[in-house]
Amino acid sequence: MPPEKGLKMRKVVIPIGPQHPALKEPESFNVTLSGERIMAFSARLGYNHRGIEKACEERTYVQDVYLVERICGICSHTHSTSFTQAVEELAALDVPKRALYIRVIIGELERIHSHLLWLGIAGHEVGFDTLLMYSWRDREVVMDILAELTGNRVNYGINVIGGVKRDLEGHHIKDISKAVDTLEERTKYYIDIATKETTLIQRLSGVGKLPHEDALSLGATGPTARASNVARDIRQDDPYAVYSELGFRIVTDNHNDVYGRTLVRLGELMETYRLIRAAVNNLPEGPIAVKAPRKIPEGEVFSRYEAPRGENVHYIKSNGTDKPERVKVRAPTLANVQTVARMLEDEQLADLPIVIAAIDPCFSCTDRMITVKDPDDSNPRGIIKWDDIRSYSIGLYRSRGVDFSLLNKKLAEKLKC
Amino acid sequence: MLTDLFHIVIFPGFLFLCASGMTAEYIDRKLYARLQNRMGPPWFQPFADFMKLVSKEDIVPDEANPSMFRAMPIFALTASITAIFYIPLWHVNALYHFNGDLIVTIYLLTIPTLTYFLGGWYSTSLYSKIGAVRSLTQLFAYEVPLLMCILAPALLANTWSLSEMAAFYTNHKWYWAFNMIGFVVSIIALLGKLEKVPFDIPEAETEIVAGTFTEYSGRLLAIFRLSLNIEAITGASLIAAVYLPFGLELPTAAGFAVYLAKLLFIIAIMSLSRTVFARFRMDQMVEFCWKYVSPFAFLQILICLIIKGVWVR
Repeated sequence: MPPEKGLKMRKVVIPIGPQHPALKEPESFNVTLSGERIMAFSARLGYNHRGIEKACEERTYVQDVYLVERICGICSHTHSTSFTQAVEELAALDVPKRALYIRVIIGELERIHSHLLWLGIAGHEVGFDTLLMYSWRDREVVMDILAELTGNRVNYGINVIGGVKRDLEGHHIKDISKAVDTLEERTKYYIDIATKETTLIQRLSGVGKLPHEDALSLGATGPTARASNVARDIRQDDPYAVYSELGFRIVTDNHNDVYGRTLVRLGELMETYRLIRAAVNNLPEGPIAVKAPRKIPEGEVFSRYEAPRGENVHYIKSNGTDKPERVKVRAPTLANVQTVARMLEDEQLADLPIVIAAIDPCFSCTDRMITVKDPDDSNPRGIIKWDDIRSYSIGLYRSRGVDFSLLNKKLAEKLKC
Repeated sequence: MLTDLFHIVIFPGFLFLCASGMTAEYIDRKLYARLQNRMGPPWFQPFADFMKLVSKEDIVPDEANPSMFRAMPIFALTASITAIFYIPLWHVNALYHFNGDLIVTIYLLTIPTLTYFLGGWYSTSLYSKIGAVRSLTQLFAYEVPLLMCILAPALLANTWSLSEMAAFYTNHKWYWAFNMIGFVVSIIALLGKLEKVPFDIPEAETEIVAGTFTEYSGRLLAIFRLSLNIEAITGASLIAAVYLPFGLELPTAAGFAVYLAKLLFIIAIMSLSRTVFARFRMDQMVEFCWKYVSPFAFLQILICLIIKGVWVR
């Protein structure tokens, strides 16, 4: 901490969230400020827990595909693809090539829409609303294409276990090529802005530094890691679908800051256009799905997918029935959110929104797990039984003067009536 | 007495300023929207916003100092309206003038910023306080260049009265062309005064919600917003009177049209800068103002002194 000079301002803790204009989802960040400088930062996740993993265990695999698609409102295809890949591996299904190509096309179109969305948000966070308006206008192009291909703008519902649901027709391919041409031209313009517009560069460069070593040790993924020169991309490291056939170049940058993350995302957009063109041109003929069994053989599987935000991981344990025994999802934001505290060290309050936004956080995807710490630490394994948690929480609320037993009784009486 | 009252309440006082301030807001928002490829609001939107706010409840935070909290919007409005009386608008003579009204006008235009500080400070919310401190920090950055670059044309005209300055520039045609550096500097300072992008740091919504105005609601917020609009008109009028002093000898109707054209021009420049820039950070803003804007203001003074020494005898 640098020694304070001159006038001292009392340290203040300002809450950013759970409700705050900078955040699109409820999440709580507490920032300790000395003047404009950030002294300490703490994040609290868990405002969006929806119990999707548990819900998956109570539904069949077919239903789960639709449920996991709703984990994220932006990268929905990543979750459903990751899930179906895992189930297909368990069931040893041979998914037709054409289906895999279609999945890649949809996945890459989704990456375009996610990255353009991010670009707009980044512009808004630094007070450059024109960029927001422009990039979101162009995002409509890709949204329209997705709606045309799948019938939906966000939750495409195109994946089924064993393939995809809708085929690509000739006119679809023409429309995709046209849209990609338009978007490529627009993206070149954005790259031009990002590399030339002085106020934007001033606001982005040198902000939210994440050195290469820290990116590795904190386990950053996706564009956050690649902007710190970590050449890590599941599409190349562990190719799924047909990425190994399409050829793929990882976009990295060594700026280590928000500016680098912007350049990486814009560069990835250009790479994505190339991938879509290659996939559309090489689209093989054939069926688009194979029939999947209702009951999935026993086993465990781990599926990885390079989402627009980073590595998305699905773990599925099957017990031989038509419902999974355990589904675990790790969204990329969980891996990246820990880097934010490092990035914010010694930054200014004005940079906080853009630094948080630069990891492209998606908190509702992340909020999934609750860690329970034993208050007495008497339990060496740190595992608490359900009944113990229940009695602990009843005791805790009673000690604060809140007693639910009366309320429960009233509720029970009401139910009787 | 009655004419004075007419001047103060109706024209060019309160009512005229309200109408022109809202029109200016509409033009600004519409231009901003069209430049961003959006539709933009309908012409009555600023008025509708105002009426909506006026009809809502005023909420004063429990922790706030109620009298200061309520008084500040009124002070802001009064100061920005009063400033217009000393500025020559479409005629060489302002409504009231005396030697030294230049300083009074600049002083009156500083008061709204002080009220943003006090209003924010006394509403005691954290966001408001940070916004308040930021407005004051920003004031120290842009106020000096603004004062210096407005003094330069006054030095050339050898007077401290805005009306006499206008008379001087009307008699010495094209002398205003020497003051163009000052014009640019003062536009930058006005952007800071009005807290518009790229200098909207005190109300940066992604960091501190709405800064000073976070706790304001209802009529008080409406008055604050109105005073900002009127400040935009008075500020633009001041810049027009000092840097674009032509067309003042025309007959009233034509002179008025020229005056409106000047205002439109200045407002359009501000909308454009709002479109093409990202928000500065506080340190960048202060650095920008002291390192680049202030030297240019000095340069303007130097140019005016040299011209005064060489040509004007």
